[in-house]
Amino acid sequence: MFNKIGFKLIVAVGLTAIITIGVFAYFNIQRQSNALLAEVERHANQLSETVKSSTRYDMLLNQRDRIDKTIISIGSQTEIRNVRILNKQGEIIYSSHKEDVGKMVDKRAESCYACHEANRPLERLPINKRTRIYRIDPDSSRILGIISPIYNARSCWEAECHAHSKDKTILGVLDVTTTLADVDHEIKRGEIEIVIFALAAIIALSFIIGFLVRRWIDKPVNELLKATDQVGVGNLNYTIKDKGNDELGKLAGSFNVMTQKLSEARMQLFQSDKLASLGRLAAGVAHEINNPLTGVLTYSSFLLKRTQDNPELQEDLKVIVRETKRSREIVKSLLDFARQSVPKKNNVNINEVIEQAVSVVENQLTINHVKLERKLDQNLPQVIADANQIQQVFINLLVNANDAIGKGGGIITVSASSLSLSPYGVAQIKRAACPKRHDLVDNEFKIDGLPAIKLKAKFNGNEEIIHLDPVYGRRAHQYLKEVDENKKLNILCPQCNTSMNEENSKCPKCGSPLFSIPVPNESNFEACTRVGCDYQHWESVDEAGKKDYVEIKISDSGCGIPPEDVARIFEPFYSTKGQKGTGLGLAVIWGIIDNHNGTIKVESEMDHGTTFVIRLPLKQK
Amino acid sequence: MSHIGNILVIDDEQVILDAIEKICGSENYNVEGSLDAKDALEKLEKKKFDLMLCDIMMPEIDGFKFLDEINHRKIETPVIMTTGYSTVENAVNSLYKGAIDFIPKPFTADELLNSVSRGMKYFEIQKRINESSKLNRDTALIYVPCPAKYYRLGYAAWVSVENKGTALIGITDLFLKTIDAVSDIQFFKIEEEIIQGISCLQITSADGLIHSVLAPVSGRIIEINEELSKNKTIIEKDPYFQGWLYRIIPHDLNYELKHLIPCSSDRI
Repeated sequence: MFNKIGFKLIVAVGLTAIITIGVFAYFNIQRQSNALLAEVERHANQLSETVKSSTRYDMLLNQRDRIDKTIISIGSQTEIRNVRILNKQGEIIYSSHKEDVGKMVDKRAESCYACHEANRPLERLPINKRTRIYRIDPDSSRILGIISPIYNARSCWEAECHAHSKDKTILGVLDVTTTLADVDHEIKRGEIEIVIFALAAIIALSFIIGFLVRRWIDKPVNELLKATDQVGVGNLNYTIKDKGNDELGKLAGSFNVMTQKLSEARMQLFQSDKLASLGRLAAGVAHEINNPLTGVLTYSSFLLKRTQDNPELQEDLKVIVRETKRSREIVKSLLDFARQSVPKKNNVNINEVIEQAVSVVENQLTINHVKLERKLDQNLPQVIADANQIQQVFINLLVNANDAIGKGGGIITVSASSLSLSPYGVAQIKRAACPKRHDLVDNEFKIDGLPAIKLKAKFNGNEEIIHLDPVYGRRAHQYLKEVDENKKLNILCPQCNTSMNEENSKCPKCGSPLFSIPVPNESNFEACTRVGCDYQHWESVDEAGKKDYVEIKISDSGCGIPPEDVARIFEPFYSTKGQKGTGLGLAVIWGIIDNHNGTIKVESEMDHGTTFVIRLPLKQK
Repeated sequence: MSHIGNILVIDDEQVILDAIEKICGSENYNVEGSLDAKDALEKLEKKKFDLMLCDIMMPEIDGFKFLDEINHRKIETPVIMTTGYSTVENAVNSLYKGAIDFIPKPFTADELLNSVSRGMKYFEIQKRINESSKLNRDTALIYVPCPAKYYRLGYAAWVSVENKGTALIGITDLFLKTIDAVSDIQFFKIEEEIIQGISCLQITSADGLIHSVLAPVSGRIIEINEELSKNKTIIEKDPYFQGWLYRIIPHDLNYELKHLIPCSSDRI
């Protein structure tokens, strides 16, 4: 829960909101309370000016009773706590609280501090210094006091009472104190409102972000996680539905493409493995079965020759001979199938091969009213291929297409074009020699039908022959014994024991030394000496970049292949034609294409037709 | 009734030895069997044979090594190879190493007898040549060897490379001498593919035997000798020029020629 990306995002957004809204609220409260206080201050100041001017006349006439009454009546207002007039000595002369009159005020008391700092009376006091805010005890509400000095004026020393002499500046001080209970209450309310607003905003924001994160991130990410788990356990048919069109949607899309490609690659590999072992098996079986078949065929055909005067026996013997000959043909096709591993390759113009194949089946197509459309790129570069075998492939596919269309007629489209694909996992080491020019390619040992690279490996004093997968990046190496994947091998030439390890270069993946096999006409093929490390580097091939392929598509408008059959059609002995075929056709085709380093795949839609897509590597520039 | 020929059969399967013995025995051949090449070599030291039938896939000494050994010991008895592992490579390789014929297993009694009868004839011709050369007579009277620039697969089929990148295919005079008069030729069709070491033609001889001719090179047939299909006797009169069989576009001539015997070597 706390590790979830959604939670983290909510926390991040929440914290940002708390900080910004908190700072905003703090300054807002500050500003509001300052404004309120300033207002109260101005009010109090105005009040003291009012008191001063309303008592001025009475002062000049020295009518103390009237002054008293005025002050008491002003001081009786609820917000006003006290109104006092003090003389210069600090004696309270008038007060709204009668009992205070005549008392002395301590000059160091709070109300006096502004003027009597350092025991020196001030002559002039700026207006902002005249207010003070204090509490009598911590529980009571705040009090605002404002002192307003009463300055000497001409009318004062010229008044009849002659109470003040001319040389005095300040005659006394008017001190008004008002309670701030209401203001404080107002400020408090404002604070609470802003805090509530801030909290509500933060919570609402978090909820909205949470909801959106759930909808836009959590769901698709979980879907992706589920899909990777599925792929992890080997279910490559899993696809992510309703992907959306944001970045995660695009990720899901490319994930789907990746699993599809993986599934195709696995299929090809699987076929390749199966066919390679089946090829060996077929060859072995063919040899073993041909000997007993020879016994049956020789004896039966011999009997047939000898019993020409016995027509009844002849009939039966003919069946035996015929059926044995049929077995012979089946074994022969098995052997043809096993034999494909050595194609005789030449520069081939694929368009010509297609035309030749078409000319073979053309009659058959015309009988079935099948129209053949050619979409051949006339500028196709040449392919290194066994023209015979490739033609066999095309003829087979065309005949299959014709069969799929049936008597009703239809269209077969043959197209050929070129395209580019990346070399990793495709390029093959066709020739390799040790530094002393001993051939390392072992034609006797094949990995997926391709001659392996034969090397001697030395580790812990043991010597062993290993067979390196010739396909760059595929690593289906063959070891005689099981080797621990952390073993670092010393790679030697099996003939002259020259080491091919390069102690100076280190594997960029695991730091083990590399070994390097010279490849004629190409840069050295480098790989990690540690058994389990998958680092391989083949500079010239990488530099050559993407490799070009010729893509041939043969589409028909026939009955299509049921989805459950599509996965199996390249398997040997899998036939949908019943008695008509041996079921070796497509397996043979697959083997031929595989031996040309090419790939073949099929796309089919029931009742709409089937397309076979073949890719053959182009001759390198 | 006396035997018309001594045949040595080498095969690691007893049932095949028995079958060949029966079939050939019925045609009055004397057949001896060996289960391995060593035993065969011992038999060859004691007795002369007119013909040998040898399997390729055998334990210890296989058919190819046996052929090498025969050549090494200068034993002149012709060898017909058979194998259950009847690949093109095996067929071509056997013929290159000096075998006179190749019968893929399983074979019928007739296929075997046809090949054996050709082998016996071949042996007779070789004997006559030896006798002629001892008497310093022109061996060309017995059969016409193929022209120097031609190549041959075994002794039966020849190929001649033409300038335009095409090649002509035909059968040798020696092969024709090992069979009875040609009564019928069954051609492949134009545009069909022929594959080196695999049958490309069937000749029916006057005695009713059907003989398969193995293609010397692979390629696509672009022309069939019309004259020959009209008049079968041309092939016997002029097997190397007018009596050609197919004109083909070869698939991989340079590679395949390496496995053929240049006819120029016959004249040294």
